[in-house]
Amino acid sequence: MHALRYDLQIIASWITPNARVLGLGCGEGDLLLWLKQNRQVVERGIERKESRVVKCIEKGISVLQGDINTEIIDYPDQAFDYAICSQTLQQVYDPVSLIQSMLRVADKCVVSFPNFSHYRIRSQLMLTGCAPVTKELPYEWYNTPNIRVLSLKDFENFTRQAGFSILKKAAINTKNHQLEGKIVTFLPNLFATYGIFLIGHQ
Amino acid sequence: MSEYVGHDQNGTSVGLVKKQFFTFAGPEDPFSLESGASIGPVTIAYETCGTLNQDKSNAVFILHALSGDSHVAGCYKAEDAKPGWWDIMVGPGKGIDTDKYFVICSNILGSCMGSTGPASPNPVTKKEYATDFPMITIGDMVRSQKALVDHLGITRLLAVVGGSVGGMQVLEWCVRYPDMVASAVPLASTCRHSALAIAFNEVARQSIMADPNWCSGHYYGKTKPDMGLAIARMIGHITYLSDESMRLKFGRRLQNKSALSFEFGADFQVESYLQYQGNKFIERFDANSFLYITKAADYFDLAREHGNGSLVKAFSRTAARFLVVSYTSDWLYPTYQSKEMVTAMKKNNLDVSFCEIEAQWGHDAFLLPNEKLDQLMAGFLRSVSHACPAV
Repeated sequence: MHALRYDLQIIASWITPNARVLGLGCGEGDLLLWLKQNRQVVERGIERKESRVVKCIEKGISVLQGDINTEIIDYPDQAFDYAICSQTLQQVYDPVSLIQSMLRVADKCVVSFPNFSHYRIRSQLMLTGCAPVTKELPYEWYNTPNIRVLSLKDFENFTRQAGFSILKKAAINTKNHQLEGKIVTFLPNLFATYGIFLIGHQ
Repeated sequence: MSEYVGHDQNGTSVGLVKKQFFTFAGPEDPFSLESGASIGPVTIAYETCGTLNQDKSNAVFILHALSGDSHVAGCYKAEDAKPGWWDIMVGPGKGIDTDKYFVICSNILGSCMGSTGPASPNPVTKKEYATDFPMITIGDMVRSQKALVDHLGITRLLAVVGGSVGGMQVLEWCVRYPDMVASAVPLASTCRHSALAIAFNEVARQSIMADPNWCSGHYYGKTKPDMGLAIARMIGHITYLSDESMRLKFGRRLQNKSALSFEFGADFQVESYLQYQGNKFIERFDANSFLYITKAADYFDLAREHGNGSLVKAFSRTAARFLVVSYTSDWLYPTYQSKEMVTAMKKNNLDVSFCEIEAQWGHDAFLLPNEKLDQLMAGFLRSVSHACPAV
């Protein structure tokens, strides 16, 4: 059993055994492989980058090379129990239709994203007057793929407006590649680096 | 497909292999074809490498393309100049590892490399069939391969693997014999030819049939339609390459000269290359086989034959796990055609993986050394063999 990144451990703990799982932007397939080996899930992944697709298939993960927004369209309704979009939502042009698609093909969906209202980001903007650059969001304004900046609070407001219901949530504090982290309960919108949400229909 | 094969870098090989023959369907029980005609006897030339395990669960059937043969890997004799056509992929420790898998490759029906085809003797006239040979289809090829697999006592193939026209046979296997196929790998392939692909095949066929030596196909024992076949092959080679690969391989470089000749000989390297490929091909291939196989490829339409025009319905019969691979620069069987099959598989909730490999070498890329394809193939087969204990 290989060690899983902390945020992925949280997601994995929410997935029931033998579930059918779709991983959107599944990278090199670490989470799907862990779920396949430890939760006996039936896995499918979608990943844009050829080299990562090769890594997934090498591991025995079923994955399609392509864009998550278009590749999700062909799946039948409720083909999955869970659709997971880990740390990609902030890069999606149309998050509403993506989440709607996720909830069409799956019963529940998991989304996670870096929290833009973390105190370090807030203080950078306030003290330096420049667009923040952090370990979680390491790009300059001109080369960032993270076109949607949102906070945990933003996302909760959004789910209410869009008519999704939050079934579970976790505000965590971890660095991107750390295997360890902790749940943030005190002022999460200020102190959590990432938010993870399990979403269902209202 | 072209002939780029060479011994691979590390020199490992399955060693010596032997071409074998399986004959079935006699005069009383001829092999009926999709066209309504029937033939018999039918001989299928095949080769195997690796060892079939006790429960016969490790067989991988490799399906060759238009001009290929059963000689997939290894050598017939130690002194052979070249190994089989996919020696870079098939062998100990390679993408299709013969230490783990039992590899079968047979020459397709209608070809001229040992299996029954237009150059085979017609039992009625005792002369070559020539164009009296009935039209065959991809389905007929696969049904004859199924007879061979039955003969070998294998009830379920771990994988069927093939590129180009071989990929069509892979898809046909999955639809026709879903219980016999655990996994399938169509490479640089399609569910049906585009008008563009049919157009190139038709020009190639016309060039053979316009050769005065073709004699309506009855040229055996006489001068063969070599010029027509060579030109057909040259046309094929253009479609196997790409603008980029031709620019890299030849550019506008001249062949053995420093200035234009102002004559109609081959000035440019690309001209000389095509002529060389054409002349090499006529030594080993039968013009009538070329006509029959290209026609079978043009006729192939998985949706029409198995789904009343719906690809989704056609794939609803299948149960295999799929790995679909296309190449960025392949304009003969472009990526959108692979994606079409992937979409139909997804709509059926099938287990499918898809990868578009970045490669500049056009359609031929699937035959060239490619570390990524090796990794994909090895990983995919490993996961299938672990997920598929003996039946």
